[in-house]
Amino acid sequence: MLKYSFRKVGQSLLLAMGVLILAFAMVRMTGDPASLMMSRNASAEEREAFREVMGFNRPVLVQFGDWITHVFMGDFGDSLHFREPALPLVLQRLPATIRLAATGLAFAILIGIPLGLIAGFRANSLVDFFGRLIALLGQSIPNFWLGLILILIFAQRLGWFPVFGADKPESVVLPAFVLSLPVMGELLRLTRSAALEVRNEDFVRTAFSKGLHRYAIYIQHVLPNVAISLVSVIGVEFGYMLGGSIYIETVFAWPGMGQLVGQALGWRDFPLVQTIVVFTSLVVLGLNLLTDLIYALIDPRIRHGK
Amino acid sequence: MANKSISHGADSRLEIESTFKDRLSYLGRLLWRDRTGVVGILIFTTVVIAAVFAEFLTPYKPLDQDLYASKMPPMWEEEGSPEHPLGTDNLGRDMMARIFYGARVSLGVSFFGAIIAAILGVVLGAVAAYVGGRWDEIIMAPVNLVLSLPYLLFVVFIASVLGSSLLNVILIFGVTNSPIFARVTRGEVLKIRESAYVESAISAGARWWRVLLFHVMPNLVGPLVTLISFQISAMIFYEAGLGFIGLSVPPTVPSWGNMLSEGRRYISSYPWLTTMPGLAIMYTSLGMNLLGDWLRDVSDPRTRRSGR
Repeated sequence: MLKYSFRKVGQSLLLAMGVLILAFAMVRMTGDPASLMMSRNASAEEREAFREVMGFNRPVLVQFGDWITHVFMGDFGDSLHFREPALPLVLQRLPATIRLAATGLAFAILIGIPLGLIAGFRANSLVDFFGRLIALLGQSIPNFWLGLILILIFAQRLGWFPVFGADKPESVVLPAFVLSLPVMGELLRLTRSAALEVRNEDFVRTAFSKGLHRYAIYIQHVLPNVAISLVSVIGVEFGYMLGGSIYIETVFAWPGMGQLVGQALGWRDFPLVQTIVVFTSLVVLGLNLLTDLIYALIDPRIRHGK
Repeated sequence: MANKSISHGADSRLEIESTFKDRLSYLGRLLWRDRTGVVGILIFTTVVIAAVFAEFLTPYKPLDQDLYASKMPPMWEEEGSPEHPLGTDNLGRDMMARIFYGARVSLGVSFFGAIIAAILGVVLGAVAAYVGGRWDEIIMAPVNLVLSLPYLLFVVFIASVLGSSLLNVILIFGVTNSPIFARVTRGEVLKIRESAYVESAISAGARWWRVLLFHVMPNLVGPLVTLISFQISAMIFYEAGLGFIGLSVPPTVPSWGNMLSEGRRYISSYPWLTTMPGLAIMYTSLGMNLLGDWLRDVSDPRTRRSGR
């Protein structure tokens, strides 16, 4: 286990380094980051002064070394728009995004897994059909559009939920539901196929022949076996939700990191965008690592295999 | 099925009729078994027809403004008229024309994006699997990096740095989606290389390129076509998303994403400006997903029996 963990941690560190290189290179992809960040009608002197302040006129490797050392000390540079350090700005927005993603994940788990279990045990039943419909729609509806439509119906016409913002406790329902839909479909599909596999195993047939109630079998015998494959997905999906809520947060004016990305792009505040991208990527890498380790912990085949 | 027709004698006409019916029902059963694929192909075909023959299907141009006929609702609503079946937008542009011409942009971007991604990814993945060793590591490290990142954030980031143009969007999609093709290709090639028929081809003296071309590549077609179909569906989403925050093709180009981002401003008063392009995206994406599901089943008969 220790050896496995070390290898995984090492891989993650390498990936993290890759993230930093990529994020650094991307701002300099066009060759001139100054013209990227400044308005079109800035004068040549202003540009030169800006390059001086930002250090863009130094050799690229020096800039990179400088940026990396600052990042390691927790300094991701200053936001151009707010004129203050970018990282605290991002961290301020983190709780809202986590709340959204966690609620979405809860929706996905609470609806997707039970439906998937039932669908797996009763293939081609109504529940199965319904479940497959959810999975298909989750893949086929653009989530920001669904968000707009739900606002139109449930917030404006029916008035059940607030139109936007995060002021009320029920504000989270619509955006979290929209965010959860693709994940719900994925969990449902996985649970269904896992249940299909398990249902003919001896221990399940024994449980049935013992006369155990169907739901008791689902929960005591099938779920633990399905859970192993689900654990590996749930961590990754949570990371996806943290990084994938740009549009939803913009549509619902949810005060999280995603909304901040949208705003920062509008301001051409690239240091802030860069900070969010790097920060979110590192969080996602961390989540993936955690998932791998938990997975190895509960399934000995993983850590001893290979 | 049709074996009843092997008969002789007086009422062979009747027999032929019954075989015809038999065949029809056999065909029907085949189509019913592959109903997801049939529906997927139908949807895909209609979208392609709309995109290719947009000029003939609607008398309007997507950029023609008619301020006297602006903000008209779709024809099934009270103030709508059959002249503009899906209504008009805030500048009086015909919604149906914009959706048909928009299909060109959305399908074009996602099709060429997927093709570029597939070519890049297949080359990378095949080299990684075939050459192996150090090259495998050098190629797969960035591939795994990109695959473990929050994709949406990076695409938005790159798009905003490079600026919006049709070519940029296609290239961004092509390059950023190539890793998934690389991973799939590498996995498949590794699997195929172990197989008995490749081994026997090699021991029969086939050159490496012959093995690659005639034994490995044909087996890659199934998984790759499946992946391309899912990727086209995904890229229609990405284009719409980028358009939605103003980072896709320039705003004058009628893409579904751009229509959504304009329509959103009028959502409470003129909701069809938002619903129509969204339904177009959903329809196309549904078709591509159904097609992809079906292709996956067909190209891998082992999965065919389970889950049905």
